[in-house]
Amino acid sequence: METAFKTAFPLIVYSLGIVAAFGGVMMIVAYTVLAERKVLGWIQGRIGPNRVGPWGVLQPFADLLKFILKEDLTPDKSTKFVYFLAPIVALTAAFLPMVVYPFGPPLSDPLGWLVPYLPVIPLGTEPNIVAWIAEQAKNMPLTIARIDIGVLFVLAVTSVGVYGIALAGWSSNNKYSLMGGLRSSAQMISYELAMGASVLGVVMLAGTLDLNGIINAQANSPWYMRWFIIPQFIGFIVFLISAFAETNRVPFDLPEAETELVAGFHTEYSALKFALFFMAEYVNMFTVSVMCVVLFLGGWYVPGLSHIFEVGSIPYALASHAAFLLKIFFFLFLYIWIRGTLPRFRFDQLMAFGWKFLLPVAIGNVIVTTIVVFLMNR
Amino acid sequence: MAGTVLFFLFAGFAIACAVSMVYHRNPLYSAISLIGVFLALAALYLTLAAPFIAITQILVYAGAIMVLVVFVIMLLNLDEDKPLNRLKYLYAVGGGLGLALLAQTFFIFYAVLKTPKAEVDPNMTAGRTMSIGRAMYTEYLLPVEIVGVMLLMAIIGAVILVRKMEQPHLELVSEGEDEKE
Repeated sequence: METAFKTAFPLIVYSLGIVAAFGGVMMIVAYTVLAERKVLGWIQGRIGPNRVGPWGVLQPFADLLKFILKEDLTPDKSTKFVYFLAPIVALTAAFLPMVVYPFGPPLSDPLGWLVPYLPVIPLGTEPNIVAWIAEQAKNMPLTIARIDIGVLFVLAVTSVGVYGIALAGWSSNNKYSLMGGLRSSAQMISYELAMGASVLGVVMLAGTLDLNGIINAQANSPWYMRWFIIPQFIGFIVFLISAFAETNRVPFDLPEAETELVAGFHTEYSALKFALFFMAEYVNMFTVSVMCVVLFLGGWYVPGLSHIFEVGSIPYALASHAAFLLKIFFFLFLYIWIRGTLPRFRFDQLMAFGWKFLLPVAIGNVIVTTIVVFLMNR
Repeated sequence: MAGTVLFFLFAGFAIACAVSMVYHRNPLYSAISLIGVFLALAALYLTLAAPFIAITQILVYAGAIMVLVVFVIMLLNLDEDKPLNRLKYLYAVGGGLGLALLAQTFFIFYAVLKTPKAEVDPNMTAGRTMSIGRAMYTEYLLPVEIVGVMLLMAIIGAVILVRKMEQPHLELVSEGEDEKE
């Protein structure tokens, strides 16, 4: 019993962590959709959804219910297996990066203060299993998986998401879907390069690919580059632009340009399968917002917070986590704001911009950063 | 224990995907199966404590090269392969090569069983990003440079191939088509 419990304990902890992160991200994503409709409404002089619940706050749940209850149509001439596979691939690839998000600073002893109030439960040779759990929880990181290549992991997994869109476009057997799928794949491959190159500058400054390591590197930097947005401003701009292109958002939403392509790659998708694509898009928005915050805005780190709360204590972690979320919300708002402001690119403009402007700028930034880092470390 | 379970899970997945890649007549299904093989291999690298190689596998093969393959298949809209009678002799060649590979595999098994078991060093960092980078830019600098030059050659070759399209007579044809529209 004792060994079984001790073997299963990490598994239980990871499962709980994944469930908590998944639930949190899903709630944020659901309310991003509502926020988008509200904010777009205000920008266009409308009110936005306000019928379901007070001020429309229950709208996401109504939407979900609608998606579940609607009739699920499958085109007769579609390639069935691929048609079903595509939305699954899109959503899986969108959710996977969640395991490396640094949600907050590590907690030095989160459960120690609780132990005296809890009953003593002996288990096997262990006098008090509650104390044992509290002992295990020491130095708990607020990250599900600590892998030392977090940045690459996020880039790699999101790049697999292209298949969801490309396969959806192909398997629907519809010319608009195919055009949308092709456009999307071309766009995502093109902007992935600029995105990867813009991240390199930050990675060189931090000297690590670990997301928590990058945040710590920013916290330990001299004051004039406390956030990497200052030394890497060009990298930040390139990253932000390619992030918009990667997530197929305005002004780069050509894959679903409704004036030319009906709805692009998901024209033939209905009900829950469409909802999966829709969710994948918003989860991807969340992912690139997290990456923006972690790489350029110091992640959960708030300058001066360690003078107010003790580092590693629960209030410190909560305040840092709140700051992390606030920064993410800013980027999510930026997405909506730009959607309400800018018109759409033309496809050749989009390609020329990505290859002839963004990529050279990103590579130039990498070269300059390399030289500066080399001179600084000499 | 958990490592063994994961190994057989992903190894089985890789083999199943590989078999389905060879047997499918539809080229797109074959491409999807190949992506499955790459992902399973990446998972195996992860269980071998080589996260950098695993992620590179996904980033380069599954994320970039296979996208191009899928792209080509989608653009050309290839039909299902018909078995060609005149290529029957390839079965014999393939069978022979398969037997040779099988023999090699058994030889590797035999050699591994023969070698004395080495102690696992818990501080080994061979799969870490830092150690890979250090090895690449010190011990293996020459191969890295050679690969870099070869890739540059490939890029230049691709640019030259594209440039050919801009010869005058081809330009005239494309302009004529534009006017028709």
